[in-house]
Amino acid sequence: MRQQMPKQDPAVRRTNFDEVALGFTAEQALAEAKRCLNCKKPLCVQGCPVEIDIPQFITLLVAGKPDQALAKIKEKNSLPAICGRVCPQENQCEKQCVLGRKGEPVAIGALERYCADWGRANQAVEPSCEPECAVKGKVAVVGSGPAGLTAAADLALMGYRATLFESLHAPGGVLRYGIPEFRLPKAIVDYEVGNLKKLGVEIKTNVLVGKTITIEELFATGYEAVFIGTGAGLPYFLDIPGENLNGVYSANEFLTRVNLMKAYLFPEYDTPVRIGKRVAVVGAGNVAMDAARTALRLGAETVSIVYRRSRAEMPARREEIENAEEEGVVFRLLTNPVRLEGDERGNLTTMICQKMALGEPDASGRRRPVPIPGSEEELPVDTVIVAVGQGPNPILLQATTGLALNKRGYIEVDPETMMTSIPGVFAGGDIVTGAATVIAAMGAGKKAARAIDRYLAAKKEAGK
Amino acid sequence: MKIIDKKQLAPEIVRFIVEAPQIAKKAQPGHFIILRYKENGERIPLTIADYNREKGTITLVCQGIGKSTYEINRMEVGDSFLDLLGPLGKAYPIKKLGTVVCVAGGLGVAPLYPKAKALYEAGNRIISLIGAQRKELLIMTEEMAAISAEIHFSTDDGSFGHHGFITEPLRQVLAREKVDEVVAVGPVPMMASAVKVAREFNVPVVVSLNALMVDGTGMCGGCRVTVGGETKFCCVDGPTFDGAAVDFQELLMRQRYYQEQEKEAFHRCKLEEAGQE
Repeated sequence: MRQQMPKQDPAVRRTNFDEVALGFTAEQALAEAKRCLNCKKPLCVQGCPVEIDIPQFITLLVAGKPDQALAKIKEKNSLPAICGRVCPQENQCEKQCVLGRKGEPVAIGALERYCADWGRANQAVEPSCEPECAVKGKVAVVGSGPAGLTAAADLALMGYRATLFESLHAPGGVLRYGIPEFRLPKAIVDYEVGNLKKLGVEIKTNVLVGKTITIEELFATGYEAVFIGTGAGLPYFLDIPGENLNGVYSANEFLTRVNLMKAYLFPEYDTPVRIGKRVAVVGAGNVAMDAARTALRLGAETVSIVYRRSRAEMPARREEIENAEEEGVVFRLLTNPVRLEGDERGNLTTMICQKMALGEPDASGRRRPVPIPGSEEELPVDTVIVAVGQGPNPILLQATTGLALNKRGYIEVDPETMMTSIPGVFAGGDIVTGAATVIAAMGAGKKAARAIDRYLAAKKEAGK
Repeated sequence: MKIIDKKQLAPEIVRFIVEAPQIAKKAQPGHFIILRYKENGERIPLTIADYNREKGTITLVCQGIGKSTYEINRMEVGDSFLDLLGPLGKAYPIKKLGTVVCVAGGLGVAPLYPKAKALYEAGNRIISLIGAQRKELLIMTEEMAAISAEIHFSTDDGSFGHHGFITEPLRQVLAREKVDEVVAVGPVPMMASAVKVAREFNVPVVVSLNALMVDGTGMCGGCRVTVGGETKFCCVDGPTFDGAAVDFQELLMRQRYYQEQEKEAFHRCKLEEAGQE
């Protein structure tokens, strides 16, 4: 039987920001690890974007060597405490697990988390690097989200001096401003970032590349290659009337206020957030679930997810949808907001919605929602959080001459080398693919680090 | 990020000169910075009121109107801001236009000054109109006078210059002579009035907006303003906009969204201060 990770009780956790999933106990971890068949040709590894040697680390766990298990994971993944928490394992390693064909797959994500948490609790020796060991060259990494953190860590492990440039005052990107404390405690992000520093990665916060310094200037100051991992940070809105009323937030703003600025601790922290009694979150991805569950914790009486398609099309992880439901989030499906109305002071009061039916599949393969005529209904709301996706932030792209973009405004890269149209400038993660997952961005960071190594090695060879 | 000079310009208005070589190197009129003065502080946007590339410094002018700005104004020479990010926003394009009327209300002189100075240096004739609630709140008058062919003042209470709003002298100047552009910076109602007057005379008018924002880099969308019927982000599309196209009523409503929370925080801050004494 697959072990079930203990969780905080829904009635309790909806009133606090503490972590919801509590992690395996040592007994659970051992029992779960023993389920692994240690396949000769492990399919799980093929499902892992960062190629962790999964059977090996699980074998080490079974042998009672969590320190070595963690070291095995760290050969490929510098952020296991984060991945063990936020990766969609059900679509990756666990999806491929042979046990999943007839029963339930090994809980690989939970075991990864167990190893990482064990390391943190027992102060395991993390890989480290003295400054003098980094001699292969200097690389600038723009953006300290999952792609940038991974690229910087891998470059450091390969012997490069990597510098992370972050525009916010704290590193981590979406791990810092987006994913809530109850799903990914910020102490974990701090710990993993701290481990990167031990590897010799330098972190410069409050630097907006494109404004504070340009990519050209980075090269001029001695960086030999640049990796752009700036993510998809520009919030999309619905483009419906009333969207600038007070009480309408982008999920980015709402979550940034709460997570990065700790508005949930106002007035101990200075940044406020206003939460109404009746909250509607538009969208049904992981960000929407995060926003809805955050709204509940801030004291909203009712929180609805408003989504124009049906349950089957919801893009969020099933686990997150279940967590939200258990906590009392209401799902208003096949419902599409068409207009927002407010009072004379500009404060939001009502969301006008239209009921939808599913028609033929669209370009994304999902059935296209079509409005049902005459089905408009009024939903009283005082807060609306728009979580319908993000686009590329244009600041760096506009400031960098010669950087080729695709039709959607994302950076164009050679799929093999991850190099952009500018020699020595590489890119990966959401700024190339559009908004995706933490692990996909990490996979891109990993691939780019290798490509940068090959590029710089070839350049040095040619220069000899 | 170290404060190397501090001057009290008026009650609760302080001018800081801050070490920020990277920002000073890139600063242009119209740019702003975001600062955080302590660990649990807000991210506060402030216009770069002046800069010195050689010395690597920028000038910031802060009015203590809420908890954060009040506490910032209590920082001293030698203290450092925890975080300073910039320069942010779009630079205001400086052209030789002819005669430009620079209108400022209250603290608006600080963000207006770098634009006025650059316009002056580009060969424009500057007429400055500066208003405040009362005489002691008129700031940076010498700096403005030094670049102005003509300068007029107004106070709401009549304690100095014209008794009334600064839009009245603006009307007089526009009625008197041909003006090529009006630049208006100040509280939203003042900018809205200045835009109205400029439009009566068909003079182009630019304004600098101070919408609420968090990151200042286009990420949160909290600073959205309607300009020409389209939603713009003040932080990346502005803060300088064509005044004639701005929906000032919406901006004013959005600025007031956190009024209650701000009052609460400020009240607690004052209580704590009283308790310490």
